[in-house]
Amino acid sequence: MNWMVWTLPTAGFFSAIAVILAGMTVWQYFSPSIERKGFLPISTTRGDRLFIGLLTSAFFHLGMIGFTEFHVLVATALSVVWVVVLMRWG
Amino acid sequence: MNKIESNKGWLFVLPVFIVVAFSAVIPLMTVVNYSVQDVFDANTRFFTGTEWYRTMLNDPQLQGALIRQFIFSFTILAIEVPLGIMVALMMPKKGWQASLSLVLVSLPLLIPLNVVGTIWQIFTRTDIGLMGWGVRELGYAYNISRNSGDAWATIILMDVWHWTPLIALLCYSGLRAIPEAYYQAARIDRASRWAVFRYIQLPKLTNVLVIGVLIRFMDSFMIYAEPFVLTGGGPGSSTTFLSQALTAMAIGQFDLGPAAAFSIIYFLIILAVSFVFYTTIMHMQKDKTTQKTGDS
Amino acid sequence: MKSRIGLTIYLVLLILPIYWLVNMSFKTNQEILGALSFFPNNFTLDNYQRILTDPSWYNGYINSMTYVAMNMTISLLVALPAAYAFSRYKFVGDKHLFFWLLTNKMAPPAVFALPFFQLYSSIGLFDTHIAVALAHCLFNVALAVWILEGFMSGVPIEIDETAYIDGYKFWNFFLKIYIPLIRSGIGVTAFFLFMFSWIELLLARTLTATESQPIQAIMTRTAGASGIDWGLLSAAGVLTILPGIFVIYFVRNHVAKGFALGRT
Repeated sequence: MNWMVWTLPTAGFFSAIAVILAGMTVWQYFSPSIERKGFLPISTTRGDRLFIGLLTSAFFHLGMIGFTEFHVLVATALSVVWVVVLMRWG
Repeated sequence: MNKIESNKGWLFVLPVFIVVAFSAVIPLMTVVNYSVQDVFDANTRFFTGTEWYRTMLNDPQLQGALIRQFIFSFTILAIEVPLGIMVALMMPKKGWQASLSLVLVSLPLLIPLNVVGTIWQIFTRTDIGLMGWGVRELGYAYNISRNSGDAWATIILMDVWHWTPLIALLCYSGLRAIPEAYYQAARIDRASRWAVFRYIQLPKLTNVLVIGVLIRFMDSFMIYAEPFVLTGGGPGSSTTFLSQALTAMAIGQFDLGPAAAFSIIYFLIILAVSFVFYTTIMHMQKDKTTQKTGDS
Repeated sequence: MKSRIGLTIYLVLLILPIYWLVNMSFKTNQEILGALSFFPNNFTLDNYQRILTDPSWYNGYINSMTYVAMNMTISLLVALPAAYAFSRYKFVGDKHLFFWLLTNKMAPPAVFALPFFQLYSSIGLFDTHIAVALAHCLFNVALAVWILEGFMSGVPIEIDETAYIDGYKFWNFFLKIYIPLIRSGIGVTAFFLFMFSWIELLLARTLTATESQPIQAIMTRTAGASGIDWGLLSAAGVLTILPGIFVIYFVRNHVAKGFALGRT
């Protein structure tokens, strides 16, 4: 696995994704999500909202890194808020 | 159709999951790892954090390649989809002519990508190529290695030549699925040719067009070998698209870190655009089916 | 009648570049670089003879066909049950899994070329046919599942139920009844698998060196120090088109009926 050149932050990142996915699966198993309509233009399930949240967060990070001077963790903090809002009301 | 609710499904999906995880997840993780480091070899590397992303996002060459990529992808879609539908409508329905035209239409699809480039390189050369020579004879100073307009027109023509058959093929099979009774009813109603197309044929085509447009968008966004062989990305960098810019960086200059950061950005863009495409189309279809069941 | 004329014009334009390639492949280089002619004046088979007698050339074709065949086998074997599951069962995460598979069709080979190189080097598969076949699974498996799922959704679920009532075991039913029902779907899928694996260059070139180099990579060598050998390049190009013609010929009826099931 040496050739994969792991670093602590990326290992943390992928573990977090794995934990979220596992958590979502367990959650779905015990209380199945029902498609509903929130402030997003389409009706979504829990998983859809998570995916949309993660993808928009990725672009948010890119924007922050590329075109502003803020530290990347600022983007991460704001993204977490955004994903929570999206999961709850999206 | 009523699907059975059962997690037994996972058992069937497992082989695909393993194969794809092996060939997609592991490499993708590696790309992410590269993107945050300056890698010389597996043991000599430095953590750089988000620096490569910043460099890449502000790189004018890549921004240029991205804009060119979007213009290219949407241009060829705008030409190939209507043209493909037209060809499909013109193709004979049965007999040996149907077989012959099917084989001929599919032919360009099965030519290796760089051979497509080679064919067009030869075809458009002004000294030995039929098209290049012909255009010159008609009095136009055609030159794809000097004039970027000519290079663009040629690449778009090549892509239309190569991939319109895919759309045509998909639409043709969609059209074949329409029962003859529909046409008879239309004849009794004295429906115009346009009305037949609009209300009988087009609705049947939407599903196959979804596949066609998605595949064409994704593939055109990754176009590499054909322009590489035909123009080498030139003149200048006027026909350098994303894949070529990336390959030059990753394999040519061996700049693993920046190339990886670029890869991630590239992948995220395709993912986002395709996701929007996919959801819009799927929801359009769902609305249509709920309407139908509501009516009856 | 008007549509016949339109179609004929389109087909002629479609064939023109290929005709030109074929025309060149039967010429000597002196003739190619001399005057332009629509038919070879000195008809020669030298270019073909050179390719078909030189192992470093014709092995390229064998290599390409080997990994394409391997890829088609692997893709179909894993995709058939998966597509069945997607068309018949509802399970946790099915839609997301389906979209995730599709994202792999979106992944640009350029992004994966280098990690693949390292992955296969580290497990000792570099420069083998199976490495290219597995790498092509990246996009082909997703495509196979996608197309097959469409066909399978077109088969009424009552067929499954009747078979179970008649006492069929699952695998018996799947292999003896279900697979024959979607024959044409498998034909169309095989066509697309062949197509996308056969035409791909970037991954095939990156993952091979000398032992299993595909013909597409060998062709780039015709650009030598003394300029490009146009005749040889054309002949090699023509030979890459031939397998495609056979494949189309075999599936032509299926492609026509093809997507009609399920997807429309």
